Amino acid sequence: MKRFTAFVRKEFLHIFRDSRTMLILFAMPVVQILIFGFVITTEISDASIAILDKSKNEMTREITAKLASSGYYNIKHLLHSENEIEAAFKRDRVKMVVVFEPQFSKRFYADKQASVQLIADASDANSARILTNYAEGIITSYQNSKNSDVGAVAKPIETQVRMFYNENLDGVFMSVPGIMAMILMLVSAMMTSISITKEKEFGSMEVLLISPLKPFQIILGKVTPYILLAFVNVLTILAMGYWVFHVPIRGSLFLLLGESMLFTLLALSLGIFISTVAQNQMVAMFMSMFALMLPTILLSGFIYPVENMPYVLQLISHLMPPKWFIIIVKSVMLKGNGIMYVWKETLILMSFTLLFVGLSIKKFQVRLK
Amino acid sequence: MNEPVISVKNLVKRFGNFTANDHLNFHVDKGEIFGFLGANGAGKTTAMRILSGLSKSTEGEVVVAGYNVNTHPEKVKQNIGYMSQKFSLFEDLTIWENMRFFAAIYGLSTAVFKERAQMLLNKLGIFHEKDRLVGELSLGWKQKLAFSVAILHRPSIVFLDEPTSGVDPITRRQFWEMIYQASAEGITVFVTTHYMDEAEYCNRVTIMVDGRIEALDTPAALKKQFAARNMNEVFLTLARPNNQ
Repeated sequence: MKRFTAFVRKEFLHIFRDSRTMLILFAMPVVQILIFGFVITTEISDASIAILDKSKNEMTREITAKLASSGYYNIKHLLHSENEIEAAFKRDRVKMVVVFEPQFSKRFYADKQASVQLIADASDANSARILTNYAEGIITSYQNSKNSDVGAVAKPIETQVRMFYNENLDGVFMSVPGIMAMILMLVSAMMTSISITKEKEFGSMEVLLISPLKPFQIILGKVTPYILLAFVNVLTILAMGYWVFHVPIRGSLFLLLGESMLFTLLALSLGIFISTVAQNQMVAMFMSMFALMLPTILLSGFIYPVENMPYVLQLISHLMPPKWFIIIVKSVMLKGNGIMYVWKETLILMSFTLLFVGLSIKKFQVRLK
Repeated sequence: MNEPVISVKNLVKRFGNFTANDHLNFHVDKGEIFGFLGANGAGKTTAMRILSGLSKSTEGEVVVAGYNVNTHPEKVKQNIGYMSQKFSLFEDLTIWENMRFFAAIYGLSTAVFKERAQMLLNKLGIFHEKDRLVGELSLGWKQKLAFSVAILHRPSIVFLDEPTSGVDPITRRQFWEMIYQASAEGITVFVTTHYMDEAEYCNRVTIMVDGRIEALDTPAALKKQFAARNMNEVFLTLARPNNQ
């Protein structure tokens, strides 16, 4: 036991004396969550738009006023002809142009068919979709109110939308589980694989293996500090999510922390496995980057929904441990689910952990022979 | 006269078709300074890895410090010290922290560690520098400290893998004085080296060529046997017979 504590103490000294390691361990989680929380946001406010009103009557003015007061749009220009639309996009960088046809209200009342055209700048596809959706919603609700004014029963189906578990569709609700997965992968898998290969590269691993320390004691000693630091990171991310971004923790905090520890162990076993394969720190870092970070970001459902991917990529995404962790975290944090709803994912994480531990042991024995 | 602390019988190590150690037989006595020479790739490192329990032999019996390395590697590890050429000490730890770490993994109590470390550093005259990072020290100092750390737990044998490579002549001399001192205290020294003048300092010398032991005797006897003026000539005669 004394040997073990001496080892852990040495590891902590390595960590605390390296400013780059400290930066990755403590500054990065905070910076990441701030970036994903504040900067990368899917909400739209004050987007510049232009209006081409060919009828200029009370009705089109009312709709324009509704768009303006919604908070989503900032009406920058009033156009006079179709020729100006292109210029509005190119020179004035408006995001959307709303075109009312001539004799709008006459057609609305007489023909029961008035049209408004929404032209969006789709070089940014996501915002284009969101902007047009919002505008459609505003126009539809205006139309409904007008219909009831005239007593027409032109409202056979009324849709009512409620967003469960994230009423305001806050992007940060998506980010917190993803950032947790990413940081835990980074701290646990990448940092441990680098720190173990470092001992191999500098030749100290040989000295340690000749000492009375057993191989598992060496590995455990290297890994323990990162378990503790990863736990600190989990707490930091959750606390910032809760107090800065008001992401709720509806399920059991205990379960959430338990699942995070499980995922940390998984990432550590992956890091140990990488270190048995990689010969030096550079290789370990690149393997962690490409094998862990990119899939965590791209294929786990953190940013891009898995359901929209091609079938082959969906199959590959099943092999990405972070995907299952993100499902668990969302389920526990946002929906308030208990273990009964996430036991399958939990089992998958456990199996991954056992697999990587097994592979590492096998690889390690081969090397000793 | 002395009981052997290392005894090697018919040691064979094969990697696939390649035989790195071909039926090695030798023994090393207590307190002896045993030089292990050979060109790069002659099989020195492989043999040393087997003796220190880092790797397993294919055939043969190896007894180190009274224990069979194949059956009781843990007992062997507790009784040997090791210093590698590649790594000496952790550069981002201080001298004191390095010593404390290695003392702890060899199971020394805090009191014993403090007493020995203090004594050692005083002997080297650098006790006042104990809180300096090892990375700030010169290579010579690092190697001298590494040797001190390798024998901090008073092993019966210390393995030195090219301990003086890249070190200046004065420091090498000081280093060998430390080796003699350890030997006088009863620690057996098993050392590999490329410097033939150092081979002269050893009690007995082994020269390996292509996985076999080609010569094993005192430096004086070897020089006589090969009619050579110094160990350098002995080595060249054996290691490169075709060029003669």
